[in-house]
Amino acid sequence: MNQFSGTETYIATEDLTTAVNASVTLQRPILIKGEPGTGKTQLAVEISRSLDRPLFEWHIKSTTKAQQGLYEYDAVARLRDSQLGDDKVHDIRNYIVRGKLWEAFASEQQPVLLIDEIDKADIEFPNDLLQELDRMEFFVYETKETVQAKHRPIVVITSNNEKELPDAFLRRCFFHYIQFPDRETMESIVEVHYPGIKKQLLREALEAFYKVRDVPGLKKKPSTSELLDWIKLLLAEDIPPEALRTEDKAKAIPPLYGALLKNEQDVHLFEQLVFLNRRVR
Amino acid sequence: MLISFFFMLREAGLKVSITELLTLLESLKRGLAGHSADEFYYLSRACLIKDESQFDRFDQVFAAHFRGIEAAFQGLTSQELPADWLRRQAELHLSEEERRKIEAMGGFEELMKALQERLNEQEKRHQGGSKMIGTAGTSPFGAYGYNPEGVRIGQDKSRHRRAVKVWDRREFRNLDDNIELGTRNIKVALRKLRRFAREGAADQLDLDDTINSTARNGGMLDIKMVPERHNAIKVLLCLDIGGSMDDHVKICEEMFSAARSEFKHLEYFYFHNFVYESLWKDNRRRHNERVPTPEIIHKYGPDYKLVIVGDATMSPYEITYPGGSIEHWNEEAGAVWLQRLLQHYPKSIWLNPEPRKRWDYTPSVKITRELMEDRMYPLTLSGLDDGIKALR
Repeated sequence: MNQFSGTETYIATEDLTTAVNASVTLQRPILIKGEPGTGKTQLAVEISRSLDRPLFEWHIKSTTKAQQGLYEYDAVARLRDSQLGDDKVHDIRNYIVRGKLWEAFASEQQPVLLIDEIDKADIEFPNDLLQELDRMEFFVYETKETVQAKHRPIVVITSNNEKELPDAFLRRCFFHYIQFPDRETMESIVEVHYPGIKKQLLREALEAFYKVRDVPGLKKKPSTSELLDWIKLLLAEDIPPEALRTEDKAKAIPPLYGALLKNEQDVHLFEQLVFLNRRVR
Repeated sequence: MLISFFFMLREAGLKVSITELLTLLESLKRGLAGHSADEFYYLSRACLIKDESQFDRFDQVFAAHFRGIEAAFQGLTSQELPADWLRRQAELHLSEEERRKIEAMGGFEELMKALQERLNEQEKRHQGGSKMIGTAGTSPFGAYGYNPEGVRIGQDKSRHRRAVKVWDRREFRNLDDNIELGTRNIKVALRKLRRFAREGAADQLDLDDTINSTARNGGMLDIKMVPERHNAIKVLLCLDIGGSMDDHVKICEEMFSAARSEFKHLEYFYFHNFVYESLWKDNRRRHNERVPTPEIIHKYGPDYKLVIVGDATMSPYEITYPGGSIEHWNEEAGAVWLQRLLQHYPKSIWLNPEPRKRWDYTPSVKITRELMEDRMYPLTLSGLDDGIKALR
């Protein structure tokens, strides 16, 4: 029952399911790394869907503090209320705002908690959450109470590797690095998103896609999510598969490549390469 | 069994902790990897290794330690030889005439028995047993020449579709941090530079905390200060250019373009082979637009961090003797100038694109290292990492 094995919209490789199931069974956080656009964030959504658990998403920014995930004490509101003579002011509980972690802890059903892009935050951020994620409890100083998780959440943490995470934090997690999918996996991923796509179009699109990925020196290689966007465009524009064949001398640049290449240097480089290729022939 | 694996990992330089081993054991106890060697591999990797740059090393240790592991898993699920499968293979490969010969030998069953005996023998001799019985001359199949290719035993096709084991494929090789920097790797390296760029200290008013504690104080002003987050680390970068460095120009360019976007204050200068009384900024006009080194020292204060990139490969005279430079007459030896720089910039490192193992064979590298008080690091990810630590 509690086994995760991908969903109808998410293809999970064997190594990914092993890691996820280990973390679900042992109730420890799982840390997911990988190229942007390989479905790190999506994983948490899919786990919650496939195991039928509520999902709590906590998106981390550079200014996010660990405390904000637990609770915040709205001192300014209290100060204002006290000056206005509001009765609420006597109960400090009125000014404690719950964070995502608290919400997840309070969930009646075992929830999935996504801590997205943990590396965006301050370098001390993961350390500040050690105890909370280990014991799944924390102490509220203002009200002198301990908040304990009703059910240990399934914690999914994603990272883009912008900062190194502390060892003490890593020790407590399972780790998985999402490899860029090979062609076979890619085909099933596309199939899942656009069922019934013409075989030929898919083949040509993948051909062109991997060719673009192989261009040396690209600043940002197109990834799975870009491929899916691109195919969506191709379908919407009803581009015939023949148009994708980059061997054509006249139309050597794949149509709608703007979906694949996201910055002008890359587009420029790509056009140059194509131009060179054409001259060689 | 796992204890020795654990120590092997640590010997290979992977910092695996006891907690992680216990986690792995616990997950094994819960039966999370009971079905195949692949699952066990994935599980142990998820438990023990937390950095994709170490996957490759892990794969190697895993392969070395668990040679023959698949056979062990096979043993768990099927005690006997997959006779049906063998027969299927034999039928596929053998011609009519060959099959008659087998009959003459006592039939397929007899042959299988012989094969089984041979297999057991082998298991006793080397643990796990060789999976490839049947290379010409060792197995009943090979010996009688029915199937010179050999029959693979213990790797049923349907269960292990791949011919190569997952950990033997070594997919993560290019993520290992001991290889030289490439375009991809430089990005990761840069992130390390950025981390270092964010640190530093100064005092600043913390508005939130001040409001907070003022409120707590019942309205009495309580000012709180925090250290500022410094994003402006100052770096003085000196790059060796030309001559023996030509091989490394690409790395240096990448390093340079990488560094440029990471710091607000980055000053860069070029030199040839070694630092002398002047450096230059534009390599095309190196002969007429030089900046005297004392001027650099004067202009950029000791809070700059000095990073010198060069292979330090030259004749030792170029460092130790006045007039040793191959380009011009230098009044004072290069070593003197380097020492002046080092005195002025307490935080300084030398990055060397040559592999570390070659350093000892070049006297000039040794001299430079001594001058740098050993703060010379190879231009690899881990080298850069160590270097940045030294700069802090």
